[in-house]
Amino acid sequence: MTDQAFVTIKNAAKSFGALEVLKDINLQVERGQIVAIIGPSGSGKSTLLRAINELDPLTSGEVWLEGVQINKKLPYRQYEAHVNQVRQDIGMVFQHFNLFPHLTVRGNITLAPRMLKGLSEADANKLAEEQLAKVGLAEKIDEYPSRLSGGQKQRVAIARALAMTPKVMLFDEATSALDPELVEEVNLVMKQLAEEHMTMIIVTHEMDFAASVCDRVLFMDQGVVVEEGPPSVIFQNPQEDRTRNFLRKHLSR
Amino acid sequence: MGLDFTVVPSYFGVLLMGSGWTVAITVCAGLLSFFGGIIFAVTALYGHWSLRLPVRGFAFLFMGTPLLLQLFLIYFGLIQIGIDLPAFLAGVIGLGLHFAVYNSELIQASILAVDKGQYEGARTLGLSRGQTLRRIVIPQAIHAVIPPMGNNMIALLKDSALVSVIGVMELTLAAQQAISRTYRPFEFYLAAAFCYYIVNLALEAGLRSLERRIAASR
Repeated sequence: MTDQAFVTIKNAAKSFGALEVLKDINLQVERGQIVAIIGPSGSGKSTLLRAINELDPLTSGEVWLEGVQINKKLPYRQYEAHVNQVRQDIGMVFQHFNLFPHLTVRGNITLAPRMLKGLSEADANKLAEEQLAKVGLAEKIDEYPSRLSGGQKQRVAIARALAMTPKVMLFDEATSALDPELVEEVNLVMKQLAEEHMTMIIVTHEMDFAASVCDRVLFMDQGVVVEEGPPSVIFQNPQEDRTRNFLRKHLSR
Repeated sequence: MGLDFTVVPSYFGVLLMGSGWTVAITVCAGLLSFFGGIIFAVTALYGHWSLRLPVRGFAFLFMGTPLLLQLFLIYFGLIQIGIDLPAFLAGVIGLGLHFAVYNSELIQASILAVDKGQYEGARTLGLSRGQTLRRIVIPQAIHAVIPPMGNNMIALLKDSALVSVIGVMELTLAAQQAISRTYRPFEFYLAAAFCYYIVNLALEAGLRSLERRIAASR
C-alpha cells in the first residue's frame, strides 16, 4: 500500500438498517490538500466525515491515513486501543463546538496532551498559550467556555484540536451554528491553517469559503459523490444537473 | 406537671456530644453515599452484566425496604454470620448504602443527560471510554446533580436519628438518655429538635456555597 494518498477512502458504504447513507464512495486527499464536501442535508457528507475518525464506522470499505488503516477490524479491546491511538492524529471540529463546560479554556486545551502525550503541566500550558495565540484568544486562557461567544468557542475548539498536532483536520459544519457576524473570525483561522498547509477536509454550507480556500470540492447527494473537481469547475461550470440545481438554490440565497 | 426548661442546660454537654456524633455519622455516611453513589451509577450503566445485575438488584432491595430494617439487619443480623460491627460503623454502612442507592439514581439520570457532543469531543481527541467518563462525563454529571443530592444529604441527616435504635449515642439517643433521668420528654425532644435544626442550617449553608462555586464555573 505504498501508492496511497495521505487520506484514502475506498469503497466506503454505510447503512442504517435498510437506509443506505453512503454508497461506494472513493476519496483521495493528498498531504496539504484542502477538500470541501458540499451537498444538501441528508446527502451523507457529515456521515462520511465522521467515518474518517470512526465516530460513525463504515458498514464496509476502508479508511486509511498515511498508510495506516483507521477502520481495522479487530477484537474489541485492540480496536479501542487502535482507535484511541489513530484519533490523536485526526483533529475534529464540530458544529456545536463540544467544548468541555466544566474546564477552563486552558483545561480544554491541555487535557488531551497531558493525558495522552504525557506532557508536563508547564509544557502543556506553554502549548495552550501558543495555540491560543494562534487563534487570537491568548487573553481568554482562564475563562470558562460559557463566557465566550460562539466564534470564540469555535476558535478554542480549533486550538484544542491543534494542540494534539494532528495530521489532518476535519471540520463538520464548523460555522453553521454561528451568528453571521461571527463566521468570519472562524473562517480566518481556517484560512490561516490552509496557508500552513494543514490537510483539511471540510464539510460546509458556505460556498464562498469553499471556493476561496479549497483545492477540491466534492458535491454529494443521496450518499454518492455526484461530482468532484477544482472549485472553479464545480462552482462555475458544473457538469451534472444535480450539482447545478443545488448550487442555484445555494448561491441565490 | 408543667414545662420546665431549666433542666436542659445541665445536659448541654450530653446534647452537644450527641450533636457531634450526629454530625460525624452524617459526614461519614454522606461521603460513603456520595462515592458509593458514583460507583453504583457507573456500574449500573456501564458495568459488565456480572456486576451490573447485582448492583441493580441491590439498589432495588435498598429502595424497596425500610431503612430501619436495613440497620437491624446490618447490626443484629450480620452477627449471626460472624460479622460483628461496632454500632457506629453499622450505622454509617446502613445509612451510607441506603443513600448511595438514591444518589446513584440521580447520578445515572444526570450521566445520561450529558450531551452526546461531550463524548464525541473527548473521543475524537483520543480519550478512551473510561477516560472520557472519568474526566468529562462524570464531573459534569456530578456538577448537575449537586443540588438534588444536597436534598438527599439533608434527608440523611434527619434519618440519622434512626441509628439511635442500634445504640449509637447520637443526638436522639442522647436526648432519650437525658429524658430517662429527668422525665422531661417535651423539653429534651424539643432541645434535640433545635440541635438538628442548627446542624441542618449549617449543612444547607455549606451546600449553598458549594452550588454557588459550581455555578460560577459554568
